[in-house]
Amino acid sequence: MFELLGIPPQALFGQLLIGLINGSFYALLSLGLAIIFGLLNIINFTHGAQYMMGAFCAWFLLTKLGVGYWWALIAAPIAIGIVGIAIERTMLRWLYKVDHLYGLLLTFGLALIIQGLFQNEFGSSGQPYQMPASLTGGYNLGFMFLPVYRAWVIAASLVLCFATWFVIERTKLGSYLRAATENPALVQAFGINVPRMIMLTYGFGVGLAALAGVMAAPIYQVSPLMGADLIIVVFAVVVIGGMGSIMGSIVTGFGLGVIEGLTKVFYPEASNTVIFVIMAIVLMIKPAGLFGRAS
Amino acid sequence: MHWTYDTWALAHGTGGAIVKQGGDTWFFLTADYAFGHALERDTSDVVQAAGGKVVGAVNVPLNTSDFSSFLLQAQSSKAKIIGLANAGGDTINSIKQAAEFGIVQGGQKLAGLLVFISDVHSLGLQTAQGLTITTAFYWDLNDKTRAWSQRFAKRNNGRYPTMVQAGVYSATFHYLEAVKQVGSAADGLKVVGAIKAAKIDDPLFGPTEVRVDGRAVHEMYLVEVKKPDESKAPYDYYKILAKIKPEDAFRPLAEEKGICPLVN
Amino acid sequence: MVSVKDTIVPQRAETSINAQFVAFVAMVAFFTAAPFFFYPVFLMKVLCFALFASAFNLLIGYVGLLSFGHAAFFGMAGYVCGYMAETWGLPPEIAILGGTAGSAVLGLVVGALAIRRQGIYFAMITLALAQMVYFFCLQAKFTGGEDGIQAVPRGRLFGLIDLNKTLNMYYVVLVIFLAGFVLIYRTIHSPFGQVLKAIRENEPRAISLGYKVDHYKLIAFVLSAALSGLAGATKTIVFQLASLTDVHWTMSGEVVLMTLLGGLGTVFGPTVGAFIITKMQNDFAELGSWVLVLQGVIFVVCVLVFRRGVVGELARTIKKPL
Repeated sequence: MFELLGIPPQALFGQLLIGLINGSFYALLSLGLAIIFGLLNIINFTHGAQYMMGAFCAWFLLTKLGVGYWWALIAAPIAIGIVGIAIERTMLRWLYKVDHLYGLLLTFGLALIIQGLFQNEFGSSGQPYQMPASLTGGYNLGFMFLPVYRAWVIAASLVLCFATWFVIERTKLGSYLRAATENPALVQAFGINVPRMIMLTYGFGVGLAALAGVMAAPIYQVSPLMGADLIIVVFAVVVIGGMGSIMGSIVTGFGLGVIEGLTKVFYPEASNTVIFVIMAIVLMIKPAGLFGRAS
Repeated sequence: MHWTYDTWALAHGTGGAIVKQGGDTWFFLTADYAFGHALERDTSDVVQAAGGKVVGAVNVPLNTSDFSSFLLQAQSSKAKIIGLANAGGDTINSIKQAAEFGIVQGGQKLAGLLVFISDVHSLGLQTAQGLTITTAFYWDLNDKTRAWSQRFAKRNNGRYPTMVQAGVYSATFHYLEAVKQVGSAADGLKVVGAIKAAKIDDPLFGPTEVRVDGRAVHEMYLVEVKKPDESKAPYDYYKILAKIKPEDAFRPLAEEKGICPLVN
Repeated sequence: MVSVKDTIVPQRAETSINAQFVAFVAMVAFFTAAPFFFYPVFLMKVLCFALFASAFNLLIGYVGLLSFGHAAFFGMAGYVCGYMAETWGLPPEIAILGGTAGSAVLGLVVGALAIRRQGIYFAMITLALAQMVYFFCLQAKFTGGEDGIQAVPRGRLFGLIDLNKTLNMYYVVLVIFLAGFVLIYRTIHSPFGQVLKAIRENEPRAISLGYKVDHYKLIAFVLSAALSGLAGATKTIVFQLASLTDVHWTMSGEVVLMTLLGGLGTVFGPTVGAFIITKMQNDFAELGSWVLVLQGVIFVVCVLVFRRGVVGELARTIKKPL
């Protein structure tokens, strides 16, 4: 068996695979953040909690109602998206005219509430979620072992990311959205219902987070804390990529996942911090972010 | 007073038995806190004393949800046995993900150092089969344990007791017996003395004696998790491989001289 | 567009000094007498958090920068101080100064990076960098990882005052708090503070007037980090413990909450907020994660209907800044 730089190939490719998995979640979450930020000018701190709620929704469907993974993939994002819309209608919309920082503070408070409620109900330890039978097992590729479920997650997130990109950059609906990001008053004047668009956009971004949560459920334990630390890393991803472009979020998300995976091979001690270090470097060289527009 | 298990007992039960069966190279996945490190240290000692070799170890932060990258390190170490010096949800998750990455299929074996029957239950036999475990209690040992466990299960939605639950019951039982003997719970030292003096045939642990250092000494069991088709009833999970005699199960008093202030 | 600054009551120099002076005397009187009515350890906790929140408020209230990573300075100073006192056996005053200096240096690094972006990005960057500090503290040897640094000796201040006596410790903490408080007050009302406020009101304009805005921001950031460190180091000596709790992002959130509840950009708000939140945590400690929910609810309520905070509302009622 060959070795690369003294690293056995299973380890190298295995860690790359794990990196791509993490990258999938970074991409899905930062994409949702970017879309929400584009239209609402709010950084949605609740994103991590909504990702966690998605996972819990799937867990609840399976253990209490016997509804399986595939239905959960559809039902959970819709359910959590509706919760998101309720939040937007009752709270967020009062903040569009004040400093954006208040949006951050409000969503942070909401994240605390949600996390606290779930912790109260489920403790901090995780609930196991059974992998769907059709996606268990794996392929032995010779140089590495590829679990079917992990392959599915990467493929599904890639498809989702590019579908979102296509809708926003290449369809009429997307062009309204982009126009409203630039100048909401003007778009409103053309007879488009901007408040409703904002509402649905928030619901969509939240749904995307919930979908990521469902996909994460079989890999990680379903736990009240699963979103909290992740969201901070995603913030760093967003700072690195800049929130200006959809494609930027996707590329940065996957790219950073892979870099993190490689760090686990060559210098595991730094794998927790490597993304933050990269953020610091990017801030020094290109403060607006790799794909961002200068403010 | 200390009931049920300690890291020494777990290490000696599982570690010693596996090396005897030929699992002589070990890699540890260690939960990064005092308990995990103690478990790793004690097991390493046992493995080395039995002629085995520890080829590496990796510290895993508490509540890590993704063990796959640590498991890959274990895999590439080529050790025959991957020792899981962790507990609870961490153990469950690492076993699950080891199955996902085909580590057991690849010829390596997992040794769960602290696994409760509730963990096996939530893993399912399909994933957990073949695990070697040391336990202080199993419900299906004799009529007394069966009767008590069924009473327990009835009150707990059909869940069977773990060794910790049995230990807590037994410790409380001993305490109350001692209080009855002394006549009052007011003088703690007297009660402790009575507990240590008593030789009780514990309904759950069999003949049990509390040593001068406070350690409750009883038999331990080395068990293997059954294959799904061997399991006939709910919670019919373990095959008893060996009984470990009380004097072998726990750290001998002689070794505690100078370490434990109660031993002299 | 309404911003943080619009919720802050405009200042009229002569009358404001009077009202603030009265409030300051009242505060000193309260904390001097308080240990005879409240549990002193609780009060020391309040004072440490009040200093921490006041330092944080210097940034959000007077420069308009929301740092979501101030726990890094609070907690890191605790570790440095605890290590110096415990492992090196240095006297408490040196250990506290060491912790403060450590946070100032950390503040210089974090601040230099974070001020390259504004607004929401600034908040995210400080949060991310603080998380990096958290992971560093989790893995580094000298912090003791999950266990933290325990049994930090309180020692004798200047070799004279025995800090193991609760009241001695209390009044030392009070003096440290008041010193920090007065320093912040002087900073806000100095020409330097006026430039900071100008930056908050209209940054491009401040730049066009020839001010090196980044220098001012950075100095304010370092000052805020150092004072947060002073608070954290003092807390370590009081509780004889430095732990991961103090570097975790939840601590960063807590200091935001205290300041928001007390009143952003008010001189006394952070102290009032620190008192209320600490009292709440004390009284509801047995409720476990419900405290988290309660904190979240306070956040939401403050943001939606109570943006001026307790002291801000009070100041509006009496029409004088506090």
